[in-house]
Amino acid sequence: MTTTSPSRASALADVTGSEASLRRFLHGLPGVDQVGAEERAATLATRSIKTTSKQFALDLAIAMVDLTTLEGQDTPGKVRALCAKAVRPDPADPTAPSVAAVCVYPDMVPTAKHALGDSGIHVASVATSFPSGRAAMQVRLADARDAVAAGADEIDMVIDRGEFLAGRYLEVYDEIVAVREACARDDGSSAHLKVILETGELATYDNVRRASWLAMLAGADFIKTSTGKVQPAATLPVTMVMLEAVRDFREATGTRIGVKPAGGIRSAKDAIRYLVVVNEVAGPDWLDPGLFRFGASSLLNDLLMQRTKMKTGRYSGPDYFTLD
Amino acid sequence: MVSTSSVSTGSVSKGSTGGGGFEYAPAPESRAIVDIRSSYGLFVDGGFVDSLGGRSFKTVNPATEEVLAEVSEASEEDVDLAVKAARRAHSRTWSRMSGRERSKYLFRIARILAERSRELAVLESIDNGKPIRESRDVDVPIAAAHFFHYAGWADKLEYAGFGTDPRPLGVAGQVIPWNFPLLMLAWKIAPALACGNTVVLKPAETTPLTALLFAEICQQADLPPGVVNILTGAGETGRALVSHPDVDKVAFTGSTEVGKSIARTVAGTDKRVTLELGGKAANIVFDDAPIDQAVEGIVNGIFFNQGHVCCAGSRLLVQESVADEVLARLKRRMATLRVGDPLDKNTDIGAINSAEQLAKIRELSDIGESEVAGGDGERWSPACDLPAHGYWFPPTVFTGVSQAHRIAREEIFGPVLSVITFRTPGEAVEKANNTPYGLSAGVWTDKGSRILSIANRLRAGVVWANTFNKFDPTSPFGGYKESGYGREGGRHGLEAYLK
Repeated sequence: MTTTSPSRASALADVTGSEASLRRFLHGLPGVDQVGAEERAATLATRSIKTTSKQFALDLAIAMVDLTTLEGQDTPGKVRALCAKAVRPDPADPTAPSVAAVCVYPDMVPTAKHALGDSGIHVASVATSFPSGRAAMQVRLADARDAVAAGADEIDMVIDRGEFLAGRYLEVYDEIVAVREACARDDGSSAHLKVILETGELATYDNVRRASWLAMLAGADFIKTSTGKVQPAATLPVTMVMLEAVRDFREATGTRIGVKPAGGIRSAKDAIRYLVVVNEVAGPDWLDPGLFRFGASSLLNDLLMQRTKMKTGRYSGPDYFTLD
Repeated sequence: MVSTSSVSTGSVSKGSTGGGGFEYAPAPESRAIVDIRSSYGLFVDGGFVDSLGGRSFKTVNPATEEVLAEVSEASEEDVDLAVKAARRAHSRTWSRMSGRERSKYLFRIARILAERSRELAVLESIDNGKPIRESRDVDVPIAAAHFFHYAGWADKLEYAGFGTDPRPLGVAGQVIPWNFPLLMLAWKIAPALACGNTVVLKPAETTPLTALLFAEICQQADLPPGVVNILTGAGETGRALVSHPDVDKVAFTGSTEVGKSIARTVAGTDKRVTLELGGKAANIVFDDAPIDQAVEGIVNGIFFNQGHVCCAGSRLLVQESVADEVLARLKRRMATLRVGDPLDKNTDIGAINSAEQLAKIRELSDIGESEVAGGDGERWSPACDLPAHGYWFPPTVFTGVSQAHRIAREEIFGPVLSVITFRTPGEAVEKANNTPYGLSAGVWTDKGSRILSIANRLRAGVVWANTFNKFDPTSPFGGYKESGYGREGGRHGLEAYLK
């Protein structure tokens, strides 16, 4: 897993020194041409992934899923069922890999933690007044501290999009730094921080690139597209622009940051397209659940169904795959 | 041979050729959809006939060197018969038909092209060597789009701005190149037919098969006999066609050298001529360009269709202040290009079209290597395994190139990019225009005002802004200077076939 390395601070130390320098840096990043970026993503989406490479991709995608339930109607029973599925996604086939994490609201963290036990599957919790982020700073930090104290391995925070769009970058930066500190545990370790940019509200790819760099400079371990509560959620070109950002950040600092598209990825075909983009844009190093995740719920069943199809040569109906 | 070096610092993408990780399994498009006959006659007056000269030649798959078919070589007598058939069809049927009736045939051809698109794409890739992704997503759809576009013009010619009673010229003799066989056929035939002309078309000798399949499509569409005639052959056939006294109009796409000789042949006659010739396009990247998309545009500009593109962005003019960064990113991107089987759906770069063309690319690249060796430049290609059989050349970039080098002046017509740097916008324009060619150019900058001011000063028929190699039937295409004259495509393209 990646942590904030000293090189990250030193290589770009002067950037975050003042509002003006941060602004200059973010606005000095090369622009993103919308037409060109979308064309490139569309071309990569035509890659044809068959046979052995499809098997590899399906298993990898399953291992990258952050199995998510973020509903007002969530109950402990629902979360326990989800955890059981996370450990053993396909009860009929023990060779199917487990998912990477279960993603829940903070109050469900103890339930999930208990249900997952020592399976090695992480508990991720959304925090900082998910999904809007519209609450007082103390409330948002308390939200994050609470989730960490309850045992969350990963914190999925939302940034204040209002501040970002108003151009108050340093405040967004300080906010992420503060949440990063709130992720610290008593034993000196720290929960993994994913920063949700909510790209559907940032509107332009230039903004997505700037927000990605802002989050990485502030100490994000992962940058994540969306809450899933705003449309559009994850798209292939948005994810590609974020993958370019982590690739460039690594060149500048040596630190690898993860990327998590979330929301709207429902089919195995879609997931494989994302993996192709990861492979060809960020590079094969990012083909790792430690550096790439899918925030999804219904995606898992399609991945399992395609996996079974690859193994048996035929499709079984949706009734053969569990609902949670 | 090919030198390889690592890309900047940090992440080097392993790409497709590296080991481990996400290897893409072969995903070949099936050949079963297309039926290649062992031999083909000439398509004259609505039917396939044997050549009177009796000579033939072979067309090969450049990716494997496998012989695909025996094709007739049209003699002077064959040309004469075809021109006579075209003349008959013109005076008795086609020119008398109303525009609305002609458009029905063109719409029908367009629909058949779309319906049989997979067959055409596979055949194009087999005969030409281009990747199936390009023949499937570019060549064939745009060819069909040209027929759809000009079908729509056929009954509206009085409103096209060429007078109230525009008339067809008569018989058009058309000679097309091997780089986009079906697409160039569409560029030539669609406007000619829409305007009421009949045609005799000669496809290139290395890529005759899709034109012959198009002849079958004309039969399928019930096109009146003689309206379209397809004569296969080489240079001799082409010469006989353009110099035939009963040809009213000559349209040629190909090399500047042949274009010049055609211009000499028709000089002093009342034949109308359009020529679309070579190019040495400048792709200009300013320091405020959207870098990632510019790199894509550079790759698309020179490696699309193995660089066998007359408007290819074969000279990269990059501002010195971002040259190192652009070059590092370009090399990293080039390392992910997948070179190989043209029928594999994941192939980015296919085979060089012929042994002759490969020899020319090799020769100029070797000259380039010695030219840049004197300075701080280099010849660079990513590591890639080329197939043992067939004609292959790796994507190649030359740095440290100056205007005086031959690789900066001559059209290589292959996947070879020359990188030249500049300091000011004025210098960029000067270098871009400092070529006998003037077909296309590209400008990359986030500044709209700069796009407009630079485009106005570039002596090129097409200027792309923040994109490259975009083709659309509604847009005119053609050159300045030694890149030829006349325009093809759009409303402008009608002018070449009307009087």
